[in-house]
Amino acid sequence: MSLEVGIKKRLGKFLLDVEYHAGPGVTGLLGASGSGKTVTLMCIAGILKPDEGRIVLNGRVLFDSGQRIDLPPQQRRVGYLFQNYALFPNMTVENNIACGLCREKDVTVRKQAVADIISRMRLSGLEHHRPHQLSGGQQQRAALARILVGQPELLLLDEPLSALDSHLKDQLVVELRHLLKSYGRDALLVTHSRDEAYRLCNTLAVMEEGRLLGMGGTREFFADPGTRTGAALTGCKNIVAAQKAGETSVFVPDWGVTLDAGRPVGDDIAAIGIRAHHFGGDISENSFPVRIAEEIEEPFEWTVKFMYKAQRGDSAPVWWRIPKAQRPQRLPERLGVLPENVLLLYG
Amino acid sequence: MDWFPLWNSLRIAAISGVLVFFAGILCAYYIARLPRVVKGILDVILTLPLVLPPTVCGWFLLMIFGLRHPVGQLLQQMGIQFVMTWYGGVLAASVVAFPLMYRTARGAFESFDETLAWSGKILGLSNTFIFWRIRMPACRQGILAGAVLAFARALGEYGATSMLIGYTPGRTATVSTTVYQLWRTNDDAGALVWVLVNLAVSAAVLLAVNLLERRNKQGRRAV
Repeated sequence: MSLEVGIKKRLGKFLLDVEYHAGPGVTGLLGASGSGKTVTLMCIAGILKPDEGRIVLNGRVLFDSGQRIDLPPQQRRVGYLFQNYALFPNMTVENNIACGLCREKDVTVRKQAVADIISRMRLSGLEHHRPHQLSGGQQQRAALARILVGQPELLLLDEPLSALDSHLKDQLVVELRHLLKSYGRDALLVTHSRDEAYRLCNTLAVMEEGRLLGMGGTREFFADPGTRTGAALTGCKNIVAAQKAGETSVFVPDWGVTLDAGRPVGDDIAAIGIRAHHFGGDISENSFPVRIAEEIEEPFEWTVKFMYKAQRGDSAPVWWRIPKAQRPQRLPERLGVLPENVLLLYG
Repeated sequence: MDWFPLWNSLRIAAISGVLVFFAGILCAYYIARLPRVVKGILDVILTLPLVLPPTVCGWFLLMIFGLRHPVGQLLQQMGIQFVMTWYGGVLAASVVAFPLMYRTARGAFESFDETLAWSGKILGLSNTFIFWRIRMPACRQGILAGAVLAFARALGEYGATSMLIGYTPGRTATVSTTVYQLWRTNDDAGALVWVLVNLAVSAAVLLAVNLLERRNKQGRRAV
């Protein structure tokens, strides 16, 4: 697949201005709420009309303000999974799915395809049920079946798991992952959840306030988010302003410590990030005396909030997370962090 | 006994009910997507007959369709006359009943989950299919309620009707104008008969509505 998007859209005070090129596989649009992820998806599907720009899917122009091309949603051949699944409440599961094949005129072909996908999506026995009689997971499978049966060129998934309970969510992430793989469909997935993004996407695009901050492989992005927003979206708990101190070291004014990053630091460094589970009492690198401020017990780990001895009193405490089994009898008086675990954040 | 007023009332209510049903849905659907200012203005104009006294509506209708006014004269040249005819009754009843249909249909359309329509479009369904097979069924309850209200209002219309078509036995007399006419001429017994007829028809309509609602509920439970 290739999807080229370069659009501008003003909605009240909000301005969406994105430009990117998505390749094959599942691309995640990661961003806080209000960052313009869903608006982007809606522009691609034809629900919203961009003020200007161009959207090209596999060489097919879906929208081009210059050429005055604006295909109606019916002709875009994309599949859109809404947050609430948008199953038609007055139709049975079977009829809902048949709606996805309305382009197919041959009735026998249509019936066969619907029957096939019903069994593949494990919806057998539910053909004559109405959407409100299905569980959340079944509703999602029915909505996906309705989309996949029409063989769209691109799937647009708008926070597909946000409407579900957390225990169901974990189950469905696995299912969705398997589905996207087995159907080999390219997809654009909107999410604000780092877990979903990590598990489902091979490429990530990070959005903030209507702009694209950066794009890259999922694993690389989690290893080096590059920006404050990126670090926060990957769940980094400790993000703090920093200055360049030496070739490979940074000074953190709030914490009163200088940390070695083990790699060259750019002149325009703005902040550093350290993930809460990367601290350790037995790490000798970047080790400084600390004072424990608060301990919070969680189901499988401890969250310990601490202050560096030299830390400014009005700055926020630092988060340290440690699995319950690894918690020492007495909390250490010094905590260190490996140089490669100091995330360098620019902008 | 001459049953003409009942027959006349029923045909006026039935025809204006059908007219108002489609006109109300159409207006509700298209006005809901207009810019806010235009929507507000049209809303006021279309709902006005609901708040105005029916006699005022009748006066307006006479000012437009009266035989001494341009529109009325033009229509008369084309062989259509609303004053003192039974189809003038259809016009009067339609104007008075329209806001009830329009308002309830618009409320129903506004509470419709628009993502259903969008997902239909993205799946490739035509706009006509989406309107009749997805939007209308989802709004069925509100639209049915509006239609029944409009029909009932048309059936009982008196003020605008009496202004526009008056009372001519065998030509324009309706149940409501007949009751008034008989009472005015001191025929209390005659008036009572038509009052009873009116009660019977109203009860029948309400009964039909209740049956319809119950069947609706059962139908949904059965699936």
